Amino acid sequence: MNDPLKRSHEPIFWLLFGAGGMLAAMLGAMLVFLLAFGVPSGLLPAEALSYTTMRDFAGNVFGKGFLFAVVALFFWHAVHRIFHSLHDIGIHAGLPARVLVYGTAAIGTLIAAAALLAIGF
Amino acid sequence: MSARRPYIRPMARWYLRDPFFIEYMAHEGTAVFVWLFALELLAGLVCLALGEAAWNGFLAWLDWLPAQIANGLVLLMLLYHGITWFLILPRTIPPVRIGHARLPGWVLSAAGMMAMIAASAVLATGAWLLARGGL
Amino acid sequence: MKPQTKTVAVLRYRPEQDKEPFWQDYEVPFAEDTSVLAALNYIKDELDGTLSFRWSCRQAICGSCGLMIGGKPRLACKTFLRDFEGKVTVEALAHFPIERDLVVVMDDFIAKLERVKPWLMPREERAPEDGEYRQTPQEMSLYEQFAGCINCGLCYAACPQVGLNPNFLGPGAIALLHRYNLDSRDGGSEERMKLISAELGVFNCTAVGYCSAVCPKIVDPANAVNVNKMNSARDYFFRFLPRPAPKGGCQ
Ligand code: FES
Repeated sequence: MNDPLKRSHEPIFWLLFGAGGMLAAMLGAMLVFLLAFGVPSGLLPAEALSYTTMRDFAGNVFGKGFLFAVVALFFWHAVHRIFHSLHDIGIHAGLPARVLVYGTAAIGTLIAAAALLAIGF
Repeated sequence: MSARRPYIRPMARWYLRDPFFIEYMAHEGTAVFVWLFALELLAGLVCLALGEAAWNGFLAWLDWLPAQIANGLVLLMLLYHGITWFLILPRTIPPVRIGHARLPGWVLSAAGMMAMIAASAVLATGAWLLARGGL
Repeated sequence: MKPQTKTVAVLRYRPEQDKEPFWQDYEVPFAEDTSVLAALNYIKDELDGTLSFRWSCRQAICGSCGLMIGGKPRLACKTFLRDFEGKVTVEALAHFPIERDLVVVMDDFIAKLERVKPWLMPREERAPEDGEYRQTPQEMSLYEQFAGCINCGLCYAACPQVGLNPNFLGPGAIALLHRYNLDSRDGGSEERMKLISAELGVFNCTAVGYCSAVCPKIVDPANAVNVNKMNSARDYFFRFLPRPAPKGGCQ
């Protein structure tokens, strides 16, 4: 942090931020709609969110990959922006805050992976 | 002795200085809602892994009125995120050239928003087909 | 006929007597074609000879009259009193230290411009008898836009990240860096990459985009900064692989 010429490690977090931001921009709104209002609005049949349909979807390799990408990347996108916003509003948070904010994404990613593995193939 | 005494103006509340900055903070703020939605999806995944009873609990949460209101807000914020993401896209991606000419920014933004609509339609169709018993 | 007048409020700062800047109002006669720069010159000539500000060309090319006018970074010679309802506020460029009145300290900005090595570092040395370094119009069109910068500093006044972290290289210097990196005759990209990827480099940017919105020369510095994030990320992950040509793209 003290040497302004040191190589920044931001590329890792910036790429995750960008990928998550793009995915959320493309699909985020529709995902919220389908999950929360798909059935009530009548767009989706009632069985769309049934236990069997969702287990089948999460059991499929592609379904698993999709769910994992969405949850993990949305987290990484969000924490990167939130961390920079803290800086923007004058909270020049150091390493502990960084660990705390990005940590939620890391833990979220791990839990998502564990849940998807537990669901099995 | 030098009479120089450069004055450095404070940065406090800079984001209220210009409407451009207020909009910037607003679209950066959507990240909080993306985070909340990721958390909601994660909770759903965990419930799904725990079994049918837990999953039905998650469905009950989705039906609960306060949760519906919260999800309505999340929906608006993700929509705003999508629109603003594509509005700044011309600044963030390498220029697209057709022959010599650089495509104007609004073309890239419009293409992005069109892709957003198309991808959302594909997703909705996929979900519908899935509910009907497979693709 | 009595000429119309307009109130011009100027943020004054005289280091030898003022603890901090203060606003001072002047009544200035104006017509359709009165620029803010003309108004400042009127104030200095007719009302208050102690007012300090920089200017030279009066035609938006020397880059010395950048000010916050109506709260936004603008060139005083390209901004007109007729476009403002009521009072016009004029303040030194944001994010720069105020030297005196509307004059800011540019030293740090100039140092950043120098830092990006804004000159051609030839890919191969040539003797005069080998002839010029040639370039096609297509090759030139790649960087032409970024060569339009007049170093007015408006983008620095528009960039909150410059204000929050004075170490950040900033939009203008990175646009200048990009201009040389894109030049087919230049071989210095790799050397400049260190700067792009450093703590003071492109990742301070949060894509606010205001720099490009205020640029009087449509340079689009935000694009230069953000394109280099991708370049830096590529360098970050592939730096241990053998490199292909010293410079890609511009053959
Ligand atoms: S006086 Fe030269 S740019 Fe305005």
